[in-house]
Amino acid sequence: MHRETNKGAVWVVAEIKDCTVQPVSLQLVGKARELADQLEVDVETLLFGDKLGDGPGQLIAAGADTVYTAESIDLKMYQAELYAEIICTLAEDKQPEIILLGSTFIGRELAPIVAARLYTGLTAHCINLVLDDDSILDQQIPAYGGLISILCPERRPQMATVAGGVFPTPELDRDRSGEVVAVSVPGNLELGVRTIEVIEEEREEQSIDSASFIVAGGAGAGSGAGWEKIRELSLLLNAALGCTRPAVDEGWAELETMIGQSGKMVSPQFYMGVGLSGELQHMVGIKGAQVMVAINSDPKSPVFEQVDYGVVEDCRTFTPLLIEKIKAYNE
Amino acid sequence: MMKIVVCVKAVPDPKEADKIRIDPETKTLVRDNIDLAINPLDKHALEAALQLKKKYGATITVLSMGPPVAGTIVKESLALGADQGILLSDRSFGGADAFATAYTLAKGIEKAGEFDLILCGMASSDGATEWVGPQIATFLKIPVVTMVNELLEDSGESWLVKAAWENGYRKVEVKLPALLTVARELNKPKNLGFSGILKARKKEITTWSHDDLGVPDERVGTKGSPTIVGAFGTLETGREVEMLEGTAEEKAERLVEILAESGVIG
Repeated sequence: MHRETNKGAVWVVAEIKDCTVQPVSLQLVGKARELADQLEVDVETLLFGDKLGDGPGQLIAAGADTVYTAESIDLKMYQAELYAEIICTLAEDKQPEIILLGSTFIGRELAPIVAARLYTGLTAHCINLVLDDDSILDQQIPAYGGLISILCPERRPQMATVAGGVFPTPELDRDRSGEVVAVSVPGNLELGVRTIEVIEEEREEQSIDSASFIVAGGAGAGSGAGWEKIRELSLLLNAALGCTRPAVDEGWAELETMIGQSGKMVSPQFYMGVGLSGELQHMVGIKGAQVMVAINSDPKSPVFEQVDYGVVEDCRTFTPLLIEKIKAYNE
Repeated sequence: MMKIVVCVKAVPDPKEADKIRIDPETKTLVRDNIDLAINPLDKHALEAALQLKKKYGATITVLSMGPPVAGTIVKESLALGADQGILLSDRSFGGADAFATAYTLAKGIEKAGEFDLILCGMASSDGATEWVGPQIATFLKIPVVTMVNELLEDSGESWLVKAAWENGYRKVEVKLPALLTVARELNKPKNLGFSGILKARKKEITTWSHDDLGVPDERVGTKGSPTIVGAFGTLETGREVEMLEGTAEEKAERLVEILAESGVIG
């Protein structure tokens, strides 16, 4: 049901793969529903692709009132300029109050383009979204050992990106009804940039997304050789190897194995942080872990306030020792 | 000859960055004299420009926005092989969010003249929004590709690049002039040795103020930023830590027990 209101809707720019809406998009629709109910506005979503199948139905079942669809062979792959043109044209017409996107490869490129074109603010990789007393979106991000609220008080829409796993996936209610509205795809837009091929690679390493056990390393590894020891430990424990930002910057680990606010959100049974300082940007990514252990040489490290078991040792010497002890136990 | 602009940011030295804290009382950053360094990913952007210069010949302009002290990283970029260094520096630029930063840099690039290619690191180590590159491109109305990790065809009016993508990569065709944000995999940057640092001190850079750029007050700094920082809070984990006691040997043995109790081994 559409409500009469001065405020615009809460929008989610959804993503779809093989006719299945991505979990992060459903999670955002769940959150958008909550915000929209408080604001007494609708949830509207946008969906792009060459074959959308039951995608709109999934979004409505997750809580959307309206799904704007752009279905065209030109949208078989993500095309930044087409997506941005469709979103901005529609946003200028409908004046949404809020636009949420996943912190995905698409969202991370598209969101800043759209925000710059709409002349509005954008908050990166939020870990919570609530409405404040003035109904302004309080966009919370971890920073410098605490949580910071970012607000966009004057400009609209208020825009934010959120990683998968931050919000729960809502239960799909197939009895919900909603409207599907096809929007036109600009045919005469001269594209300056064109995605021509997307290639998925087989990865040798265990993915951290659904791993039961995770070992994560950080700057404390000290060197590539130190990092190899942490990797050896992860292999020995049959654990996936995750990391913090410094390990990516140092070139020891791949960006896709980074855990935290701007990386992956994970909920393993067991987590061991090795040589990392417990920066919130990382720790928010593993708050769902059951048992957590940290190894750090600094007894005052904030990491020890956030785990179940703490070991004050230099990981460069302690990791080889631990490997030895585990091998002895296994025998 | 190809004209390349490289945007660089002075960030707190990432090796010491975890020492920065927010004072919960004053809500200000406690920096404790942490050195400034060139943002690690921007080094990869500069290295890409230097390699293109070596391959085809090019002029490289390095551009940064920041306080006067950020001039150091612009000078270092010159010592590494860039041809021109520009620092956008003015009190009124302070407090800029990604949007206002990108706008100011875009205006600086316009003032610097024609260009074929703009290179930026894909994120900064302190802000990590990834917004500035794509927003500069949007303000300049040029194409952008983010997280580029390989240049497959780097000549002519249309380039072919590889960029990071979920579980793999994508191939992207992009028409110049364009902006690329680069990922770490693109290259291995050289570091400035001690003699290079000495050489850098003698380099001359150009500084442009607010007046030089001639942009409206309401487009830069705090005034030009759609976002503001609100309340500061803490995050409770609800965990109580047990610190393992004894020698390293004893701690390792206890940890093996914990691994077994948790079902990881055994």
